[in-house]
Amino acid sequence: MTQTSTGTRILRLQDLSLSIGERLLFKQLSLELQAGQCLGILGQNGTGKTTLLHTLMRLRPAPQGRIELCERALEDWPRETLATHLGILFQNHHDVMPATVLEIALMGRHPHLANWQWESREDIAIARDALQALGIASLEKRDVNSLSGGERQRLAIATVLTQRPRLFLLDEPGNHLDIAFQVQSLQLLRAHVQSHQAALCMATHDINLAAAYCDRILLLTGSGEVMVGTAEQVLSCENLSRAYGCDIRRVVVEDGRAVFYPA
Amino acid sequence: MLARRQWALLLILLVLTLLGFLVSLSSGSAGLGFGEVLQQLLHPDAGLENRILFELRIPRSLAAFVTGALLAMSGVIMQVLLRNPLADPYILGISGGAAVAALAAILFGLGGYWVSEAAFAGALLSILLVFGLARSSHHWSATRLLLTGVVVSAGWGAIINILLTTSSNNSVYSMLFWLMGDLSQSRVGAFSVIALLAGLLLMMYYARALNVLSRGDLQAAALGVPVPRLKLILYFTASLLTASAVTIAGSIGFVGLVTPHMLRMLGARDHRVLLPASVLLGGSFLMIADSIARTIIAPQQLPVGVLTALIGVPAFLLILRHSARHLPE
Repeated sequence: MTQTSTGTRILRLQDLSLSIGERLLFKQLSLELQAGQCLGILGQNGTGKTTLLHTLMRLRPAPQGRIELCERALEDWPRETLATHLGILFQNHHDVMPATVLEIALMGRHPHLANWQWESREDIAIARDALQALGIASLEKRDVNSLSGGERQRLAIATVLTQRPRLFLLDEPGNHLDIAFQVQSLQLLRAHVQSHQAALCMATHDINLAAAYCDRILLLTGSGEVMVGTAEQVLSCENLSRAYGCDIRRVVVEDGRAVFYPA
Repeated sequence: MLARRQWALLLILLVLTLLGFLVSLSSGSAGLGFGEVLQQLLHPDAGLENRILFELRIPRSLAAFVTGALLAMSGVIMQVLLRNPLADPYILGISGGAAVAALAAILFGLGGYWVSEAAFAGALLSILLVFGLARSSHHWSATRLLLTGVVVSAGWGAIINILLTTSSNNSVYSMLFWLMGDLSQSRVGAFSVIALLAGLLLMMYYARALNVLSRGDLQAAALGVPVPRLKLILYFTASLLTASAVTIAGSIGFVGLVTPHMLRMLGARDHRVLLPASVLLGGSFLMIADSIARTIIAPQQLPVGVLTALIGVPAFLLILRHSARHLPE
């Protein structure tokens, strides 16, 4: 690893083993994520992408092995402070009660405020900036239940941006988004991560999205085996075909990028 | 930062509450109108009017306000706890337990005080029963809690029907009044007032966390809300508020269900506004309903529970129609 100015270690997994019930998803996974880096988590349905993200978010019982966030063991973080360093974008959003777009985005400030404290002008400015960046500033006063799927997803991304965590955990960030918004959102998130000394893990079923935006890839097979490394190391036709159980081909397009497609 | 509109809403509700008190104090079979009430409040004398006001009307208005406030706040909390807009203070069977105990007390010919005490004991029993049953698995989900509460509630309902069908005509009349919710025998004790204020203070402390919790358990946990602990607090707070209300006046329907929705439609979605607003609106709503209940067919009195629905249904539908078009700030 080259020594650069972005040498801050955000996440470190050591000998992590994860199972759901009796089923072992993977064992002895070790990896590190530095500030500015993006990790793509790939794998077939049910191989544990979401489970891994929820485990990192401490929404599931502690697994075997060690997880460190910002040089501190995950289980040592008090829940309130943890949420100022770790933010997650969930796959689904359930809105039962009415709320405006701005009110939802402001919820990202919740972990930064004390119990009696109100959102300051600064908090509101952070939320508005995030809505602006995602192109939904004009919807500020709309009821969240009146949004389209894509608008709701962009609001969820704006909320996690408003939270300003050190580590972003994104579960299918491309959900419901048109290709233009996928590109725009991920470019935005990557730029944010690089300028704010943060890091990002995203679980996705879209190999090309991961190839385009992630410098490191974790490929889950669901059978205990994992592949982890740089995008060039992991994203080979052989690895992908084995992990996805279907023949996957690769072409290099004009600008030198590799594109993957099923045969 | 609280938007100007939200301050305005709270201010309007405060004025409504004061008006509600005056209306409530001026209604009744004895001809003691607005003017006399003000006169007695400002310059009390030792006459009959003074005694009617201070010994009958003020305690009753206060009972109506406190009961309505308790129910409305409990409704707000239950709706967040169960993440269900149909939740009301009685959905988890608290009023059922209270009713069975109260009806049993009436059946044994016990008087007003004992009926209240029995109701409170029955409510507590039901709270612990539902809690114990819903908790027996380590996963304490809203669905499980809701199902347990609804089923326990149905069980209480069966016992209530047994009591009603096997009792003498005389006691059935008192039982029906109790079941519909009635303030004519009500006195509000220090306990209920303390429960209301303490409950409000505790919930205000968690108000922003309630906003986050209403987005779902996972989202709330991810934003640092201690979800299991908060849910326990919510369950017991809402339950005790409901138990206090039921003890004062039996099970008055509708206030706890619609007050929170009306306020949300008027723009009070943030629990830091919604909670105090529900106290004011629920309280004044019940005071006004009770004023009508005791004057509309005077000298006879209607159970106030009948009136809450009669006034509440059109008011609610009107606001619903209006708010379907836009969401206020």
